[in-house]
Amino acid sequence: MIEIKNLSKIFNTADGELQALKDVSLSIPDGDIFGIIGMSGAGKSTLVRCMNMLERPTSGTVEVDGVNLGALSQKELREQRHDITMIFQAFNLLMQRNCLKNIMFPLELSGMPRAQAKQKAMELLEIVGLPDKAKAYPAQLSGGQQQRIAIARALTTNPKVLLCDEATSALDPNTTNSILELIRDINKRLGITVVVITHQMSVVESICKHVAILDGGEVVEQGSVEEVFAHPKSQAAKNLVFPEGEEGTFVVGNQDEHFIRVVYNGAYAAGKPMIARLALEKGIEANISYASTKGISGKAFGTILLSISGDENAVKETIDYLTQEPGIEAEEVEVNVQ
Amino acid sequence: MFSNAFTAEALTEAWEIIRTQFPLALWETFYVTILATAFAIIIGLPLGVLLVVGDKGGIKPMPKPLMAVINFIINVLRSVPFLILMILVFPLTRLIIGTTVGTVASIVPLVIAAFPFVARLVESCLREVNPNLIEMAQSTGATPFQIICKVLIPESVPSLINNFTVAITTILGYSAMSGIIGGGGLGKIAINYGYYRYKYLVMFLAVILLIILVQVFQTLGTKFAIKTDKRLKNQTAKKN
Ligand SMILES: Nc1ncnc2c1ncn2[C@@H]1O[C@H](COP(=O)(O)OP(=O)(O)O)[C@@H](O)[C@H]1O
Ligand SMILES: [Mg+2]
Repeated sequence: MIEIKNLSKIFNTADGELQALKDVSLSIPDGDIFGIIGMSGAGKSTLVRCMNMLERPTSGTVEVDGVNLGALSQKELREQRHDITMIFQAFNLLMQRNCLKNIMFPLELSGMPRAQAKQKAMELLEIVGLPDKAKAYPAQLSGGQQQRIAIARALTTNPKVLLCDEATSALDPNTTNSILELIRDINKRLGITVVVITHQMSVVESICKHVAILDGGEVVEQGSVEEVFAHPKSQAAKNLVFPEGEEGTFVVGNQDEHFIRVVYNGAYAAGKPMIARLALEKGIEANISYASTKGISGKAFGTILLSISGDENAVKETIDYLTQEPGIEAEEVEVNVQ
Repeated sequence: MFSNAFTAEALTEAWEIIRTQFPLALWETFYVTILATAFAIIIGLPLGVLLVVGDKGGIKPMPKPLMAVINFIINVLRSVPFLILMILVFPLTRLIIGTTVGTVASIVPLVIAAFPFVARLVESCLREVNPNLIEMAQSTGATPFQIICKVLIPESVPSLINNFTVAITTILGYSAMSGIIGGGGLGKIAINYGYYRYKYLVMFLAVILLIILVQVFQTLGTKFAIKTDKRLKNQTAKKN
């Protein structure tokens, strides 16, 4: 269990004080995959660096399993860092060491006998699927393979928590998926709590159970991924979960129309022709401006953006009609039409 | 002025000098350079490490006044011309070696002149190390000493070798200069015969030998640096 309470961080820069984190409170349950999402500069890296005290918070506390990290001595903190390990956007492998020796690095630091460390490292190479790369140097590997080696290295000390700071941001979509798959697998098999820092909603959707949205150094929304996806409350959340938040999506329609965002859980809503019934029973003709389906936390979720040209009443009627079905959420949204 | 350099008489005389004196001189130059470089690295490497890790953004910040004093001393030593430095350190040389003349005695001023230079070279090498790697090591629970021994130095080995090669060729040049005030080796021969006795042929040959030595050191150093660098992609992975 990671308990972050009222965490603030102020940097003293050349142009004065910069508040990177404002009163952040989060609790991350054991065994969770917890996403922290936000735009570039939102303070994600600062937050994750406070979680292992690479960055000292200006105020507030970070507790891991009841241990207040801020109160530890340097020596105790170094011990604690065997339990809270980290992987990075740039992989950060030692370029002059081969893969096996990179994985052995944390064990070398803690003074484990060589033979034993080597055996442990070989086992981990197996787990991350690169048993034949022991003698290869990082420069000879692809980005995805380098990240696998970094993951193996982060697992050598049997950590309780794995922090991932933009771990897939330097990878192409296919490689991203395979690395996320590996992280999910590790979370399941080893029961390690994973904190995933990202600016991509797709990453959160594909592996996280819970998510916190960070905007301007503040947590503006948090909850289960399903919940935040279905009912985004803050503007930051809406930007992230809805079309404008995704790159390369276009919404068609007219500016004078009303837009209703419908989110449906595939398990309930399948086999019910709601849009057709809306037209038949209520006489409301809705246009589909955008539609997509996604797997979130293992469930199929659909999003539809309906546009209707009627008045406020028609909007309310539509929303009421759709939301009476279990598994369907609908709300009016503001949309910038391209 | 060199018109008498190639007469038959001059040639036989030069050959006689080369035959009797060059082998020893070459050996003296060689071991003085190697020993002076070795001592300069022994002092300069830890000092260079200190300059990096003790800096205010470093992994083990040291008191500001201490760092300022170290930087000042290095800068002063580096700005004194070598010839003058040699004379200035006579007392120290006498203290350590017992005399201020001779091949062995010239090692002392060479080390004093070279270690600040080596410290700066080491400093620039270590500053090139990717800061992300240091952050990785810290997040893994490494002590500052472990970061120095397992990250900073190993990751900069290829560039350290390149810079030590620069140091060795520079020290070779200095060792030749030390011939003026009692140092031995090829420099002494070049000055004694070329400057004091107008035997230019001998001087030329001594200089050519110095050039060859520099070439050999430089070539070996560069080769070795490339061989150790694992960042180069074309390296073939060793078979398991
Ligand atoms: N060491 C630092 N000194 C000064 N400002 C910093 C430092 N680290 C981060 N910042 C600032 O804090 C803010 C948040 O940065 P960061 O946590 O890296 O954001 P993110 O990871 O979400 O992109 C940015 O405005 C950044 O410029
Ligand atoms: Mg970041």
